[in-house]
Amino acid sequence: MKMKYKLGGLLLAGTILGGALSATAEEATISIESWRSEDLAIWQDKIIPAFEASHPGIKVKFTPTSPTEYDASLNSRLAGGTAGDLITCRPFDQSLAVYEQGNLADLTNLEAMKNFPDVAKSAWSTDDGSVTFCVPMASVIHGFIYNKDAFKELGLSVPQTEEEFFAVLDKIKEDGTYIPMAMGTHDEWEANTMGYYNIGPNYWKGEEGRLALIKGTQKLTDKDWVDPFRSLAKWGAYLGDGFESQTYSDSQNLFTLGRAAIYPAGSWEISGFNTQADFAMGAFKPPVPVAGQDCYISDHTDIGMGMNAKTANPEAAKAFLNWMGSEEFASLYANALPGFFSLSKHSVKLDDPLAQEFVSWRETCKSTIRPTYQILSRGTPNLETEMGRVSANVIKGTVTPEDAAAELQKGLESWYKPQQN
Amino acid sequence: MLWAAWFAQGIHGGNMQTTVRKQRFKWHIVVFLAPAVLVYSAIMIFPMIDTLRLSLFTQEGSKEVYVGLKNFQTLFHDPNWSGQFWNALGNNVWFFIIHMLVQNPIGIMLAAILSVPTLRFAAAYRTVVIVPTILSFVIVGFAWKLILSPLWGIAPGILDAIGLKSWFHPWLGKEEYALTTLALISVWQFIGIPMMLIYAALLSIPQEILEAAECDGITGFSAFWKVKLPLILPSIGIISILTFVGNFNSFDLIYVAQGPVAGPNYSTDILGTFMYRTFFGYQLQLGDQNLGAAIASVMFAIILVGVCIYLFTVQRRLRRYQF
Repeated sequence: MKMKYKLGGLLLAGTILGGALSATAEEATISIESWRSEDLAIWQDKIIPAFEASHPGIKVKFTPTSPTEYDASLNSRLAGGTAGDLITCRPFDQSLAVYEQGNLADLTNLEAMKNFPDVAKSAWSTDDGSVTFCVPMASVIHGFIYNKDAFKELGLSVPQTEEEFFAVLDKIKEDGTYIPMAMGTHDEWEANTMGYYNIGPNYWKGEEGRLALIKGTQKLTDKDWVDPFRSLAKWGAYLGDGFESQTYSDSQNLFTLGRAAIYPAGSWEISGFNTQADFAMGAFKPPVPVAGQDCYISDHTDIGMGMNAKTANPEAAKAFLNWMGSEEFASLYANALPGFFSLSKHSVKLDDPLAQEFVSWRETCKSTIRPTYQILSRGTPNLETEMGRVSANVIKGTVTPEDAAAELQKGLESWYKPQQN
Repeated sequence: MLWAAWFAQGIHGGNMQTTVRKQRFKWHIVVFLAPAVLVYSAIMIFPMIDTLRLSLFTQEGSKEVYVGLKNFQTLFHDPNWSGQFWNALGNNVWFFIIHMLVQNPIGIMLAAILSVPTLRFAAAYRTVVIVPTILSFVIVGFAWKLILSPLWGIAPGILDAIGLKSWFHPWLGKEEYALTTLALISVWQFIGIPMMLIYAALLSIPQEILEAAECDGITGFSAFWKVKLPLILPSIGIISILTFVGNFNSFDLIYVAQGPVAGPNYSTDILGTFMYRTFFGYQLQLGDQNLGAAIASVMFAIILVGVCIYLFTVQRRLRRYQF
């Protein structure tokens, strides 16, 4: 009975709110569609109040759906005309499809867009780059998290080059107290995401190689693309016993329990690791193959925000999107969710030392995104899925780096025109 | 799996006497059957027919276009798909063979032991064997993953304790062992089903027959081979067909233990996981509902053909004894 009453009240409140929305032009309420339901508290307590304080007259509601249902439910609500004003964008093809259906507004000329570099915008632009339809929100950076206490105990320093990296691993292995590196090949995606995409950009020179691959001027069998596999092939010896059946969560636990010294990471691990691990942690960027060369990091675009093309409050929605390009938002968001870094050009000071370490690499290294995410995973066989399988095989040593690259290239060539000549 | 059980049961007890007598139409039969028929049609028959329909279409933009058998052509002739398909089918056959060679003989053996009248605590043993069957796949998959884990599992410890540490391998992560390991886990879970069916069949053998055999000097082990086994052959036929249907529909355990890519290197990919990956997509691979439906249709055809072969060749030759 009470429940019913509550529900009725809620519905009533909804109608009144809806009525108020159309009644007064100055007071606009905009709602945000998102799959990040775990961020609800952060939005309600920190981000939205900050925005509303500086923008009187605009009310914002954060209305998330669970990640697995997000895409399907968003599509049906867009089709039915009941979707929110602002729409959280998945990177690349999923959002591109929404834009092509005419459900996302063209934001190319939005004021805030000038605050973002092209790499960041590439995840939410058409293939030719002429139209951008979402404001880049956050990225995740790859690197290695290490156990500082273990490094101190063994007298190790952070490796800068590939050679030093393997020297460090050798020393940890020799000592035997720690498993040198926590990673498994059971789940396959761990092998390419934490392995190949992590160390690779230094070899294929970040964006230069990635774009050349899309244009067809480089092939996966080129030295720049095979070399990271050659490096990866050596990893197997430094992983824990039975790494073949070690899952992603096994790896996380192995590291946070202090049994492994190094964890090939993505920055999204930071908040989880901070609560789990009771030792000091540090991070180092992917080692470069040759000392003194330019460094590149995988700074992968993960979340963006777009505007519903049929929104009733385009001005209010645009005001919010513009605010998202501000330094204030960048700092708020990045500090609330350490490990998810703002994509804007503002340099943001992070309170979390580990997150600060990750983001500081942006100043010395060039950013790129994961090479398979734009365009190249549209066909069959799917390059991203194949990348996981093949990288795992390389680490296990069941296939040579050269054969692995040849296999990937063959699959890509079979459907991707620019690679066929 | 259920429909096959009902189907098989229907044939099993199918020699009902048909009385031809003029009667009024029995409306109450329709009324009583209606709820079950409606529910079953809505959640089983309709989706199945719609799946078959879906497999003949393809998605172009937001429109569905009829393409005839093109999806099947892709599945069998496009090397990108056919490779995965034959791999999945081959794995599925191996999965089935393990069940037939391990699950059913052991199940029969357990039933034979349980039906020995002098066995004590028979009810307790029966319960222990049947318990895994009622556990959820998720629990079974997760528990075995932990047991076999090289990091936290008890398997390496146990082998170490008896001096066989070198026998331990990360089975679920090795291409050559993973599928067999999973098949054996599935055997462990489902061994209670053949055991119970055979056990019931063994109990239904009249005591007089066994006593008569005893008078002829057939006792103990040879009584099992010469008297009981021929009498339970129809039940063995049924568990074989249940195993066949169950295995070619199987998906959950592999999905729980190995994920949708059925690693390592697709070595545990069976038709169910292949269908799931195709239908719903995985990571950046977008789902293709029509091709997924085509795979589901092929699975349906395989099961249908298998069941028909069994019904029209094996089942007919089985001799049944009426007591």
